[in-house]
Formats: sequence, structure tokens, C-alpha cells
Amino acid sequence: MAELSSLTDAGLVQRCRAGDDEAWNALVERFSRYVYAISTQGFRLSGPDAEDVFQEVFTRVYTRLHTLRNDAAIRPWIAQLTRRVCIDTVAARKREQPTGEPIGEEVEDVLQELDEAFAVREALAGLPDHCQEMLDRFFTRDESYRTISSELDLPMGTIASRIARCLTRLRDTLEGRSSPSEGSRE
Amino acid sequence: MYDEERLGVLLRLLPPAPAGWMRAAQELPAARRTLDEIVARAEADLEFRRAVVADLEAALEQEGVEPAPGLVDELRERLDSS
Repeated sequence: MAELSSLTDAGLVQRCRAGDDEAWNALVERFSRYVYAISTQGFRLSGPDAEDVFQEVFTRVYTRLHTLRNDAAIRPWIAQLTRRVCIDTVAARKREQPTGEPIGEEVEDVLQELDEAFAVREALAGLPDHCQEMLDRFFTRDESYRTISSELDLPMGTIASRIARCLTRLRDTLEGRSSPSEGSRE
Repeated sequence: MYDEERLGVLLRLLPPAPAGWMRAAQELPAARRTLDEIVARAEADLEFRRAVVADLEAALEQEGVEPAPGLVDELRERLDSS
């Protein structure tokens, strides 16, 4: 999986199209957070609706991958598929409950923010494993210093400084001040 | 320009999807191969076909596939058109 996670989006798509199940696993891994965030944050879906959207999007990705013209453009393609499925789901809910809130214009703002967040995650994927793990645990899994310290067997006093160092590396990568370490997709 | 606070906000925007959802999505290729096998067998064996049509969910479950709504619908459509 380590090798696959360092493939470019286009490389991953080509392997999936060739019937490589491990590549498909990596593709789901790479885009699952993005699809999940669009439905739950962009369109405020939850529970079974969000789960149905998630499965429907990946089913469409799997069955329609051969229609993708530019393999490198899979992220915007997935974003478009997800939006479409979310809009259909919201419309179906509205038919059932006509008093439901309309889809607000703020959806566009949220989706734009998620695109930026995805770019940050892409940059994170180019950092050393220990930085990826540290930042993921603290920010996206919301783990405390104590939990991280215990899970990674590190003194609690070093957690904050490691997070700060990793954030600096992440910022430098995003701003082009340092090339990502080995394992980058670029 | 990204400061630490902004990076933290952006990292928090993409939490992991539930593990079960991920697993189901990752099992799609195997599930679809099973679907193909069920349809092929149903085309060759009328009795099997009747049993599958009578309970699509059970037919998928019997083959070890989670009967997700999309898969059940597709199995129904493919059997209808075969």
C-alpha cells in the first residue's frame, strides 16, 4: 500500500482501470475523506443519507472510471459526482419534507474550503510518516497530547514541539520552500 | 500564506470516513465479481434464477456480499434484462 499511496492520481486511476484491487483500495483511501466531507459539511447530510451517498459515489466511480477522459482530473470528477448525488438526495428529502431548508449558497464556499483542505492533505502525504501520523492524530482524530503520548510511547512534553515542527514542514511544502520528502506524489 | 491556525482548521476539515463505509467501498470490485457470477448462473439455471428473484438481498448475502441498495438495484435490473 505504501507504494500505491505514493502514486500520482493518474497512476492510481490507470492501475484501477487495469483491475488492480489494491489500487482501488488506495483510491478509496485517498478520496474517502473528501467525499465524506462534501456530503456531511457541504450538504449537511448525516446518518443513512450520508452513507448512501458515500457508497453511491464510489460505485459510480468504479463503474464509470473508463469514461474519465483525463486521469489526472479524478479529484474534480469525484467532486462533481458527489455533488450530483448529494443534490439528488437533498431533492428527494425535500419531496418527502417540503418544509426542509433550501440548499444555501454557502455550499459553494464550503466546497471551496474543502478543495483547499484536500490540497493540504496532499501536501501532508508528502511528509515523513511520523509527521503524517502526528498531525492526523492531533487535528483530524482530535486526540489529546496524553493519548498521543501513550499511543506513540513518547514523552508528553515533546508532543507540542513535534506538532509545531511538522506544521512548519507542512507550511514550507505548501509554500514551495522545501520539496516534499521521498514518497511524494509529485 | 498559511499560519499554524489556518493549517489546523484545514486539517480538521477532512476527518476520516467511518471504517465500515470505507470497507464496503473497498469491497466493491469483489462484490461486483460476485454479482456477475450470480447473473451468469441465473441465466443458466432457471431454478436458481427464481430463488434469486424471490429474494435478491438473501442471494447476495448468501454469496458473502453486503446487500447495499445500489447492488440490489443493479442485480434486479440485470436479471430483468437478461
